[in-house]
Amino acid sequence: MVPISYLVALVIIAITLVPLLFVVLGGFRTSAQINSSPTGLPHPWVWSNYGTILTTASFWQNVENSAVIAILATALAVGLGSMAAFALARYEFRGREGWYILFAIGLLFPANVASLPIYLLLKQINLLDNLLGVALPEAAFSLPFTIIILRPFMRAIPAELQDAAVVDGATRLKFFLRILIPLSRPALMTVSILAFVTSWNAYLLPLLVFTSENHFTLPLGVANFQSTYSQDTASIFAFTALSMLPALAVFVLAQRRIVGGLSGLAGSIKG
Amino acid sequence: MELVVLLAPAAVLFVVFVLLPICIAAYYGLFNWSGYGTLSDFTGLHNYRLVLDDPVFRESLLHNVIIAGLSLLVQLPISIALALLLNRRMRGGSFLRLAVFTPYVLSEATTAVLWLLLLQPGGFVDEVLKDAGLGSWVHLWLADPSIVLYSLFVVITWKYIGFGIILLLAGLQGIPPELREAAAIDGASAWQTTRRITLPLLGPTIRIWIFLSMIGSLQLFDIVWIMTIGGPANASSTMVTYMIENGFRSLEFGYGSAVAVILFIISFVFALLYQRFALRRDTRGAMTGAVG
Repeated sequence: MVPISYLVALVIIAITLVPLLFVVLGGFRTSAQINSSPTGLPHPWVWSNYGTILTTASFWQNVENSAVIAILATALAVGLGSMAAFALARYEFRGREGWYILFAIGLLFPANVASLPIYLLLKQINLLDNLLGVALPEAAFSLPFTIIILRPFMRAIPAELQDAAVVDGATRLKFFLRILIPLSRPALMTVSILAFVTSWNAYLLPLLVFTSENHFTLPLGVANFQSTYSQDTASIFAFTALSMLPALAVFVLAQRRIVGGLSGLAGSIKG
Repeated sequence: MELVVLLAPAAVLFVVFVLLPICIAAYYGLFNWSGYGTLSDFTGLHNYRLVLDDPVFRESLLHNVIIAGLSLLVQLPISIALALLLNRRMRGGSFLRLAVFTPYVLSEATTAVLWLLLLQPGGFVDEVLKDAGLGSWVHLWLADPSIVLYSLFVVITWKYIGFGIILLLAGLQGIPPELREAAAIDGASAWQTTRRITLPLLGPTIRIWIFLSMIGSLQLFDIVWIMTIGGPANASSTMVTYMIENGFRSLEFGYGSAVAVILFIISFVFALLYQRFALRRDTRGAMTGAVG
């Protein structure tokens, strides 16, 4: 049985990684070479495609826009979400479960479907073609999973810890900031990565909201580049390969958290 | 009160950008509106009726259902089989997990452009097929109306199957090996063990996978829009591409709003029902927030 597993594993890795490799290598060839020999390797290695894109302002503008929006959306989602999770975890008040269920229902809201209504809302409040117009809704849609992941975590921290802090003269807020947040770091990291990656990869909402190209995020930039320069295949390869890098970098650095988070999800589901 | 300070900002953000838009859409759907000026052309439920009567919308709905169905029939068994096969200590196991999960991390937009390049007539995929002696398998993957939807399904599978495998592997790891060993001692074959013990215990994980997969199938947009814009001739349109094509690009925002509301009802009702009936007992702790 064992050799079969290795064979299957090899096939899976090939199917998964070869397309990516192909794109990266394609950026090192000329369009003519790609068209005449699609499966060939770079020979000679052409550096100009990557070079041109890495020195084009609009590429970096895309990266910057994506970064700004993702950081903003993540900060808002995790910041506001952790505060709300704390309130829902450690305070007693009427309607508390109602609020929790309300946020949980947000998890079932289809984000793509909401994009047109959100566009119309942004139109009314004059936030179109504005980075905030994308960051705010993204943060809002990240609130449900943030709160749902953080609340049980915060609840699980023993009450004695909070009592001890209060005895030492700390207010509940101080307890929250000085003790609870640092203790919740693993969960905070997981929700931050989730929120960040969701925002970074978003396409539909930015597509509707942004009309000026200098506001485009990276996914928009890639798609736009492809349709504008469809003949220049090699450049499209290079652009696409470069746009994969941030996601891959974050993934490699954070993969333990992401895959671990999924395992935790599957584990907690089993109860 | 500090409670308000803690809860209010998140609540406001959530209500304004998650709950409010769909209510606005329900209202706008009652009008004919091109986005300029005031809402003056009240048409009642006319838009909603138009949507449901439109054969293109129905076709789009069918496409979403086909993708959802194929996910269940094709992706799920393959994911389970692969997870079972890979659920052992192997050299390079963590590299395998990384590799398999990589497509999931890429944006759908990048994936779409990537495969647009690969599926070009005479491009990488065609060359590989020809080199492998399978030249007769070459087709116009994205230009042929009768297969374009299935080409897109292959791309979607490539992107998401790693996620499924990792999720199922995690679920498998929660199954105590003693159970399988006990079954083996009792003389059960590998297949029997899998069918009677492993799969049922994997149930909750599978149900989560199905949930995420169905929701994703209903909301399909990015990959379709960038690769085919729903074409050729609506052969690959999905409900969301329909919404954008007919409600945004056409500047018919009243109509688009009606489509959004209908889509919302479909997705939300499915999610609610599924959560209640299929997931309720699995997620009792997580979703209802009861402690202990």
